[in-house]
Amino acid sequence: MSTSTTLEAPNSGTWDGGNEPMKASYGKLMMWFFLLSDAFTFGAFLIVYGLARHAHMPYTGEPEAFTFSTEWWPIPEKVFNAFPGFHGVDLPLAFVALMTMILILSSVTMVLAVEAGHRMDKNDVQKWLLWTILFGATFLGCQAWEWAHFITGTDEGMLLADGTRVFGANLTVNQYGPPLFADLFFFITGFHGTHVFTGWILLLIAFISTVNGVYQKRGHYEMVEKIGLYWHFVDLVWVFVFTFFYLI
Amino acid sequence: MSSTDISINRDVHHAHEEHDHHHDQNFFEKYVFSLDHKVIAKQFLFMGIFWAFVGGFLSVLFRLQLGWPEATFSFLEPILGGWVENGKLNPEFYLALVTMHGTIMVFFVLTAGLSGTFSNFLIPLQVGARDMASGFMNMLSFWIFFISSVIMFFSLFLETGPAAGGWTVYPPLSALPEAIQGSGDGMTMWLISMALFIVSQLLGGVNYISTVINLRTKGMSMTKLPLTIWAFLLTAILGLLAFPVLFSAALLLIFDRSFGTSFFLSDIYIAGQALTNTGGSAILFQHLFWFLGHPEVYIVIMPAMGLVSEVIATNSRKPIFGYRAMIGSLFGISVLSFVVWAHHMFVTGMNPFLGSVFMFLTLIIAVPSAVKVFNWLATLWRGNIRFTAAMMFAIGFVSLFISGGLTGIILGNSALDIQLHDTYFVVAHFHLVMGAAAFFGMFCGVYHWFPKMFGRMMDEKLGFVHFWFTFISVYLVFMPMHYIGIAGFPRRYYNWTGFEAFNIFTDMNTFISIAAILGFTAQFIFLFNFIYSIFRGRRATENPWHSNTLEWTTPVLPGHGNWPGEIPTVYRWPYDYSKPGSAEDYIPQTVPFSQTQSSNLPNEKDFE
Repeated sequence: MSTSTTLEAPNSGTWDGGNEPMKASYGKLMMWFFLLSDAFTFGAFLIVYGLARHAHMPYTGEPEAFTFSTEWWPIPEKVFNAFPGFHGVDLPLAFVALMTMILILSSVTMVLAVEAGHRMDKNDVQKWLLWTILFGATFLGCQAWEWAHFITGTDEGMLLADGTRVFGANLTVNQYGPPLFADLFFFITGFHGTHVFTGWILLLIAFISTVNGVYQKRGHYEMVEKIGLYWHFVDLVWVFVFTFFYLI
Repeated sequence: MSSTDISINRDVHHAHEEHDHHHDQNFFEKYVFSLDHKVIAKQFLFMGIFWAFVGGFLSVLFRLQLGWPEATFSFLEPILGGWVENGKLNPEFYLALVTMHGTIMVFFVLTAGLSGTFSNFLIPLQVGARDMASGFMNMLSFWIFFISSVIMFFSLFLETGPAAGGWTVYPPLSALPEAIQGSGDGMTMWLISMALFIVSQLLGGVNYISTVINLRTKGMSMTKLPLTIWAFLLTAILGLLAFPVLFSAALLLIFDRSFGTSFFLSDIYIAGQALTNTGGSAILFQHLFWFLGHPEVYIVIMPAMGLVSEVIATNSRKPIFGYRAMIGSLFGISVLSFVVWAHHMFVTGMNPFLGSVFMFLTLIIAVPSAVKVFNWLATLWRGNIRFTAAMMFAIGFVSLFISGGLTGIILGNSALDIQLHDTYFVVAHFHLVMGAAAFFGMFCGVYHWFPKMFGRMMDEKLGFVHFWFTFISVYLVFMPMHYIGIAGFPRRYYNWTGFEAFNIFTDMNTFISIAAILGFTAQFIFLFNFIYSIFRGRRATENPWHSNTLEWTTPVLPGHGNWPGEIPTVYRWPYDYSKPGSAEDYIPQTVPFSQTQSSNLPNEKDFE
């Protein structure tokens, strides 16, 4: 028996070990699993949003006659209707639509950067990463303006029962409706913004490394790909946030 | 014959070993900020043992209060200081004790201590990998856990005490710092510590999953994995999906506490003054919490199930009964664990119809659990049993899991729960089924894998003494608790002598307390055995239990990279014990079928 050779090959199917069954390196797998778990975090927040909204009265009157009141949940179009440089003009959801476009555009440039990485084209990776960084920064800038406007409030504000007026919103007072509307707006867009900002920092690091030729020397641009996964995920989350907060 | 072949190969490898160890690591690289999964596993184990003694000590303190409510505890003043007033335990401190006992045991011992130790130690060794997928993230996972531990430990010494709103930290009690002392700084530190803990769990979890998927050695298909690995894999997936929801809940709670939001708060009056918070829902927190909280009990128990399956098969010298059914039932438990959370909330005013849906789903969990119990018993049946200390704890685990599981069927019933909710019946149930049982799984793992961890054997006789004291005292503590629970005795009460109906339970409570102190004291036998054996234990051989899995093909003390030479290749499943026709009663996974022609089954002839 001991003379028989031990060189016989074990099974070598997809899941038989000794390979990468999902055709992905462990780093990419880890990113996917992290994103899966992060999706549950955001999922929990959006469920909180849904339940809070469900627990409040909707506005039932004519849309033209809508006024801000703590009695009912506001109509998003009436809250988010400002645009920088167009003071007093009613442009429902125009600014947030622009923000969304910019973020989706950044996803497109991210795809191009990853694709350039597959071709090992350092210049193209640099170019498209830079565009992504630019669009990402623009989105964050837009969000800062959006927050600033939300905090400052409108000219009219909200008339309270005791005759005083409330302008703008913070975590305890809210001119647009019930306090929870502002709480959830700040919390969820803030949490999303933190994610975008983190991704933006990662992109900046990837850009510097690309310029320094780190990935070229390493022989692959997988790091760009992993950050790309994260960036797309953050964009996808924004689509949900946009849908829940602004459209529905 | 096959075993002699292996030892010849190993001698060759020893020659290589000398070359592999030229890279000298300094003390910090080797023992503190180590990237080696085996060292990180030991770090988790030491932390887990430390926390287990802290948590156990806290439980002894509140058992003293419950057992002897009229006694004076002046002798505790040197340890507890201001928390003992005129010989009486401060009632708010009592609440802090039960809160911290729960938090420490559930999260720091049975989640981090159990998964952290054995997932880290066994996954690379049993799948045949040099290390975890990312050693750096693995190290980070431990050190974030360490920081989280330091914060939680420090909160014990605050003047206002640690968190005291129960381990479930329900708002509004936990959300309003002015509610009780424990909702002040102690609660803030609890939340920060838990947020870090979750980060540590996620870092660990993605690592475990990626390692199992990508780093299995040649031939190690998913159905050749030891059941331990399946349990760790599914545990990590549960953690990955459940913990982020607790993270969300904790973040929202932090905002409610510190920044004036109203997510969980509405219509609250303190001392006649209305708070400004409106619109939130305290029940919402319970939903978020238990969406983690319920999978969490399976995060605690499933690694123990995996360890027990492996130890029972090895020490019964029989293949595990129903290997695929074992995997299937783990799957079933994992999926079901996410759709039963509201059975913790039957009495929150939930719609009774919804209650019956959750009751139905809850009771279905009895099916995969029963499959597992049946398979363990069938594995033991007519086995050639070796009663090692690890085996005793494994059998003890099965016993406790049955005893505790039966009351689960009662508690899962939404109508019966109205009477039993928040009584000592619940306390008895979950302490048996997930508390003591998971501890037994952990002990079973430590006794069994100690030789691979430290290269020495633990003392078997002390192990037996430890087992019997622990086993008996666990039953003596928790069996009587069922009775006072059925009588309606509520948990978390500092003092019950004011209630005429409960005075008759004084003797029983004293009895429980004595048994609890006995059980806690018995753990020092383990501690002594553990520390003594690290330095003075009998030297272990490479495969002291004659086990089949890959970790026993490594040298007595595996170095960095685990195998000195090539990583072994796997040809067979890990449960070829007492195979008819084989000379030895075990055939390691690394032995090809061509070497075991006498014992091959007809369908295995093709692999020769």
